Amino acid sequence: MRAFAELLDRLSLTSSRNAKLTLVRDHLRETPDPDRGWALAALTGDLSFHAAKPNFIRKAVEARMDPQLFWWSYDYVGDLAETVALVWPRRPGANREPELAEVVEALRTANRAEVQRLIEGWLDAMQEPRERWALLKLMTGALRVGLSARLAKQAAADLGGVDVAEVEELWHALHPPYEDLFAWLEGRSEKPSAEHPGRFRPAMLAQAIDEAVDFARLDPADYSAEWKWDGIRVQLVREAGVRRLYTRTGDDISRTFPDVVDALFEDGVVDGELLILRRGPNGNSVASFAELQQRLNRKVVDAKLMAKYPAGVRAYDLLAEGQEDLRALTFAERRKRLEAFVERQASPRVDLSPLQPFESWPELAGLRADPPPGDPQIAEGVMLKRWDSIYEAGRPKGPWFKWKRDPYLVDAVLMYAQRGHGKRSSFYSDYTFGVWTESEDGRRALTPVGKAYFGFTDEELKQIDKFVRDNTTERFGPVRAVRAEPHAGLVFEVAFEGLQRSGRHRSGVAMRFPRISRIRWDKPPAEADELATLERMLAQMETQ
Amino acid sequence: MTRPQDLLCPKPEGLYCAPGDFYVDPVRTVARAVITHGHGDHARAGHGAVLATEATLDIMAERYGLAFAESAQAAAYGESVARDAVEVTLVPAGHVLGSAQVVVRWKGLTMVVSGDYKRRRDPTCAPFEPVPCDVFISEATFGLPVFRHPPDGHEIGRLLRSVAQFPERAHLVGAYALGKAQRIICLLREQGWTRTIYVHGALERLNALYERHRVDLGPLAPATTAERTDFAGEIIIAPPSTLQDRWSRRFPDPVAAFASGWMRVRARARQRGVELPLIISDHADWDELTATVDELRPGELWITHGREEALARWSDLHGVPARALELVGYEEEGED
Repeated sequence: MRAFAELLDRLSLTSSRNAKLTLVRDHLRETPDPDRGWALAALTGDLSFHAAKPNFIRKAVEARMDPQLFWWSYDYVGDLAETVALVWPRRPGANREPELAEVVEALRTANRAEVQRLIEGWLDAMQEPRERWALLKLMTGALRVGLSARLAKQAAADLGGVDVAEVEELWHALHPPYEDLFAWLEGRSEKPSAEHPGRFRPAMLAQAIDEAVDFARLDPADYSAEWKWDGIRVQLVREAGVRRLYTRTGDDISRTFPDVVDALFEDGVVDGELLILRRGPNGNSVASFAELQQRLNRKVVDAKLMAKYPAGVRAYDLLAEGQEDLRALTFAERRKRLEAFVERQASPRVDLSPLQPFESWPELAGLRADPPPGDPQIAEGVMLKRWDSIYEAGRPKGPWFKWKRDPYLVDAVLMYAQRGHGKRSSFYSDYTFGVWTESEDGRRALTPVGKAYFGFTDEELKQIDKFVRDNTTERFGPVRAVRAEPHAGLVFEVAFEGLQRSGRHRSGVAMRFPRISRIRWDKPPAEADELATLERMLAQMETQ
Repeated sequence: MTRPQDLLCPKPEGLYCAPGDFYVDPVRTVARAVITHGHGDHARAGHGAVLATEATLDIMAERYGLAFAESAQAAAYGESVARDAVEVTLVPAGHVLGSAQVVVRWKGLTMVVSGDYKRRRDPTCAPFEPVPCDVFISEATFGLPVFRHPPDGHEIGRLLRSVAQFPERAHLVGAYALGKAQRIICLLREQGWTRTIYVHGALERLNALYERHRVDLGPLAPATTAERTDFAGEIIIAPPSTLQDRWSRRFPDPVAAFASGWMRVRARARQRGVELPLIISDHADWDELTATVDELRPGELWITHGREEALARWSDLHGVPARALELVGYEEEGED
């Protein structure tokens, strides 16, 4: 448990992806089975047990120490689990410290009342606050140390020097504590069988096209085009009675989308886009991403929510049909099989992503800039797939390209800058920017509309950092307010993918995927955009 | 009957001893001062006569120049010095080199001003000596039950493990220039780190002073050098304020470590962009503070600075009446 606690402690304060990978990989290498397997399951979110509510632990600690001293401590630290971990009084002669495997195995079989008793006993036995903190995080079921399940799998793959796609494909055939996986990664045994009905197949991803280089060397006749839908990439699986819906990183989201999981009546594996699909006289029509968000990240869904936001899959590839693996076929062959497959399902929850015929790159460019009426109007751009490409996991160079719609642009004024993390901790690298609003008496003021921390080069970062330091008007901990007046300040050209209404932002709008596209050293802040411009953009997006 | 407040009482200038006519660690200029240790908030320049240990006087001279006071008198640990009717003895406090508790005896009454102190072993200074007393005047920098420092060897082990794990990165350890920096260096040496340790220029004079006082720091070199541009795999010690400063940019993707008791609270580490918090402090933690009160069982506990209310409450609950002096002018460790 001590090593696992140290791992969580470091992960929670480490921002670099590579450093996180090193920390997890080393932990998996140095920790014996089964502890490392349980650690991996905890990091990938594959542990489940009766989570205990942190509040019981507050009562437990107040029974052990003066409540006033506890209150002062809690008031100072601010986080209940951390406070309890720090102040828990030592109990000499308590049991020895438990190993992670003991903790997990006990929690998995315990009922709610037993969980509380177990946790108190372990807290007594642990010597170090970091361990108690790790236990309390584990207990609540959410580690929240800034590590995705995919990154944890990547670290396991690194341990064995294999491609993460191999681990992902195996993943749903494996069970914690994954002793067979580690045996294979360490070269002590054969690769475990992935022949597990309902498993996830690692996704094939597209490269962003480089307009300046790629079109000159690519033949349009080699590629199909279709619209790039603005939902989330999913894999819908039905196999030997098992039905699953996975994200593109293999997270199982079946429980959140029971309406979609049941959409197939034949065995098959469909690759497609999860969208809110509403029935109309001419087939389904796609709703905005904002509506899909109403369905994402929900633990419980009810009939009302499903009726209001009916989800479905717009299919663009078929990876398996019946018992047959189609991934070694060409895209052209798979596409024919997909069209027939989707038609046979005759399901309102699965439809076909249509191909967009085109003769030349300029013609396609025209379609992308001015999409035909209907769903393509809210597409994110177009996808290009080589007719002769097989389905390869990962992001191979050449067979698939995404050609995103040009982003929206506004000129906004830098208002606040915050220190970055890791490599960037000596730089002010996170920027809050605003646009002008006008009050009734005609006074103009800036209102923040978004935050961005990339889109600039290292050299530009140095220049902005200097600007921030030279033009600070106020400091709030790691944040500096920066001079932002009509004739003094810094203007960013901000690129973003879309706008949504938001109650959480003072301006009432939230940007999707904002980034700095240019630094307008030349432009006086007075000439930056107004909130009214964003509101017009939003109205336009909503009418589409 | 002799009352403690007739011997020592708080004044705006600091803790004042009327029968001896001197202040302990005054925050304003006074005629006669007794200084517990060399940290800037306790040892200020410009007093008339100063009494302190030799090491503390050396530190003051190094920081403020030889004319830091009109006159200076060194007292060895355990040696009694008369100040008018009062007998003053300096006793090791275990905080930094030269740090002392001030034991004041007058008309059968013994009061001990702890200054800043800690109870755990420190290779750079003499260990704290408990002195039975009627009134113990304690600091309370870490006077909350959340502050519990782990064994320092454990924290140094975490640093060395990280160095082994990330050989392509430099490890930049923020440490207070007086005391903490030298202690970290010694602890690294004890755990077998024999390589050159690179230090920020602000540490060099105090490192040399420690060496003169026979604290062996091993091979050191300035971190600011044209000869070396690649500090991958090395340990660099610098004042905490440099961690997020532009100064740190010269190092390859540095791991920011910070050696401080405040690092016990995660939000503090996060706020300062610290990737590897090392909980190493020169102040007593909660367990040391309470164990010291328990060991001495003074007639009264007075608390000078820090988080007085929690320690006072604990003390009251454990049968030692406590009183907060609310002295101002003393900084929190590492808040520079």
